[in-house]
Amino acid sequence: MGVKESLFYLEDIHYHYRPGYPVLEGFHFELNPKDKVALTGPNGSGKTTLFHLMVGLITPNQGKIFAFGKQRHQEKDFLEVRAKTGILFQDSDDQLFCPTVREDIAFGPLNLGKSKEEADIIVMRTLEQLGMESYEYRITHHLSGGEKRLIALATVLAMEPEVLLLDEPTNGLDQAAEKRLLDILSALPQAMVLISHHFDFLDRIATRHTVLDKKGIDLC
Amino acid sequence: MSHALGPHPDQHLTPLPETPWLQRIDPRIRILTSVVFAFLLVLSQKMPVLASGVTIGLFLVLMTRLPLAKTLKRTLGVDFFIVFMLVLLPFTTPGDFWFAIGPLTATWDGFLRAVEISLKAVGVVLTLLALVGTLEPSEFGHALYRLKIPEKLVHIMLFTVRYLDVLQREYHRLRTAMKAPAFVPRSNFHTWQTFGYLFAMLLVRSLERAERVHDAMKCRGFTGKFHLLGDMRINGQDWVFIGLSGMTLVALGVWEWV
Repeated sequence: MGVKESLFYLEDIHYHYRPGYPVLEGFHFELNPKDKVALTGPNGSGKTTLFHLMVGLITPNQGKIFAFGKQRHQEKDFLEVRAKTGILFQDSDDQLFCPTVREDIAFGPLNLGKSKEEADIIVMRTLEQLGMESYEYRITHHLSGGEKRLIALATVLAMEPEVLLLDEPTNGLDQAAEKRLLDILSALPQAMVLISHHFDFLDRIATRHTVLDKKGIDLC
Repeated sequence: MSHALGPHPDQHLTPLPETPWLQRIDPRIRILTSVVFAFLLVLSQKMPVLASGVTIGLFLVLMTRLPLAKTLKRTLGVDFFIVFMLVLLPFTTPGDFWFAIGPLTATWDGFLRAVEISLKAVGVVLTLLALVGTLEPSEFGHALYRLKIPEKLVHIMLFTVRYLDVLQREYHRLRTAMKAPAFVPRSNFHTWQTFGYLFAMLLVRSLERAERVHDAMKCRGFTGKFHLLGDMRINGQDWVFIGLSGMTLVALGVWEWV
């Protein structure tokens, strides 16, 4: 598919945190509807960097980013991209910053201009979807690691994204929590990119595999 | 709220039916009442008024489900701060002779002054623990926001409560990492340098975390405006509380100044 039809289309991306130490060099990437892409590669190969580039948290030193059919240049262009793209961060403590679960889930919808009543409905619906209805008034920092990860996912799903970027979603989870997350993720209809080192996990979900090597070249 | 910083207790925020009536009173009213009460008590000088203040404080604590022993210990903990002043006051205030230790003479006036100050402290702390200490931090934050406290301060408070625990865990991780290679704190340069690194590292990590939290917020459409959920309404029970506490406060004021 081309620039117009792809959800994300990244062309010749170069990025470095320090001059002379490139993380991505001439990287190409394409995400189409219904794609579930497994993204693997050694530490420091730029997997998380790629996610940050896709939603404009950082800007590439060179290259073009197309998202949802339009080229995106600056902060302003990326606001729409972020509304349609949900990132699940590696550390859920970074993502859950509100006192209660309810406020954390409502944060995104309220930012998108929903009313408090609508936000309340979204909170309940999202929690139901994950089978966590009783968590609405729980205090976020009292939750266990597995619960935090699921609630972080809920905060992302509450924005009804078209694309999900999941950064090591099963990292630090025990087997039971991992299985639960896996079941939830495989039932989600969105296009997604998954960073993980668990190959059996990726095999169950992914439809395509991209490897980032040190030079950041798409091998598959 | 005092328990938010301690070990994690019961995790529900919803006012359950068996919640003591005092904890179902609107948080804003509880905060305002305790502030007015604190001012009144601090400005009072008559012993009976101060004693009633402490009694009211005790009564309020009994009306909550705060563990009594722990609460009293906390209250005494506050007194510990002023203990030196209490010990020194009888010796530094001029007045009627009480007793002497060598060249130092203690006075009755000083003693009474010390009693007065500790009664004030105990009364105020007990009321605060009962009325404000039982609020969840988020309830407290919301109430402050609705009392028109600047939004930035409220959010600083809420963020602090949220990340205190994360920071503490980070501190313990670093501390364990220090202990692993057989580090034992001593009074030497190596120890000071190591602790310097520890706190610097904690600072750097907090800064990085702050950036990641901000990134995560931006990803969910944050553009600088916070939206707080939840409405607070004053109901019949609240009006009864306002009436009773208002009358008590006025009575104490009249007793003191008229």
